Amino acid sequence: MPLNDESDGFPSALKLLIAGGFGVGKTTFVGAVSEIEPLHTEELLTTAGVGTDRLTGVEGKSTTTVAMDFGRITISRNHVLYLFGTPGQERFWFMWDELSSGAMGAVVLADTRRLDDCFPAVDFFESRGIGFLVAVNEFDKTCRYESDDLRSALDVKPDTPIVRCDARDQRSATGVLISLMQHLLAHQACR
Amino acid sequence: MSGLDTEEHWFDDAAGRLIRPYTVSDGRTEPTTPMELLSMVIATGHRPPGQLGPEHAQALGLCGTVTTVAEVAARLRLPAVVTKILLSDLVDLGVVDARSPDPMADSTNLTVLEAILDALERRI
Repeated sequence: MPLNDESDGFPSALKLLIAGGFGVGKTTFVGAVSEIEPLHTEELLTTAGVGTDRLTGVEGKSTTTVAMDFGRITISRNHVLYLFGTPGQERFWFMWDELSSGAMGAVVLADTRRLDDCFPAVDFFESRGIGFLVAVNEFDKTCRYESDDLRSALDVKPDTPIVRCDARDQRSATGVLISLMQHLLAHQACR
Repeated sequence: MSGLDTEEHWFDDAAGRLIRPYTVSDGRTEPTTPMELLSMVIATGHRPPGQLGPEHAQALGLCGTVTTVAEVAARLRLPAVVTKILLSDLVDLGVVDARSPDPMADSTNLTVLEAILDALERRI
């Protein structure tokens, strides 16, 4: 059976993640590139409790709600790209295997005033082997770092691109996605 | 009857929807058909065998063109897991078709990556 049988009339949905700290502009970024107004959904994450529970129901588990915004870009009849903004304030999205599994790549948005807010996302994508780049959101044109200073502050691998953008601007944000695709393509070509 | 109108959900800005989400799924927490956020769904055009509940009818109405579980969930304002249960019920009734994504096959496919790059460049 073919892995991707497009003859059944269903397009394939592809997933990119837009990550970074709280308030860094993830939803703004998604809104700038999406062909639809960003949509909002949430998932109930259930974590198994410790020990046994004779009722084997929700009693032995704890549940938390993780919310996220997402947008869409139609690539062709066969492919639709979805951009999911990861929940910024929540540590729980790291447990959300479904969100990260199958992600073709990620943008880590960074704010130079709070650079360390993006470190957990950088660690996450590096550990999972998901290709990503860092996009510094310079919406206020302040706190510009030299590229070398940024790279050493972020401590990312030498081949991880660091780009600058204005997350509010469609051209600028789309340019970030183009850089990401070029990075992913170069990575694939090296395999 | 107006009390059952799905447009009249109690909604609180801070707390969200004031209904236990699993109520609409009869307490079930697992869909009968495996579904992911980016599973594609579309109405088959077959008539439901009986009267659908309001949430099921609303979910079916959102599947008129091919869409994703995530989009249906967002438009229903229900958690994704509950939406998956509703949609899997509709699959069981034969009124919705679903297809799980196979992103690993596409994510490493150079042709797909190049198609995305081309499409993005055209948007600038």
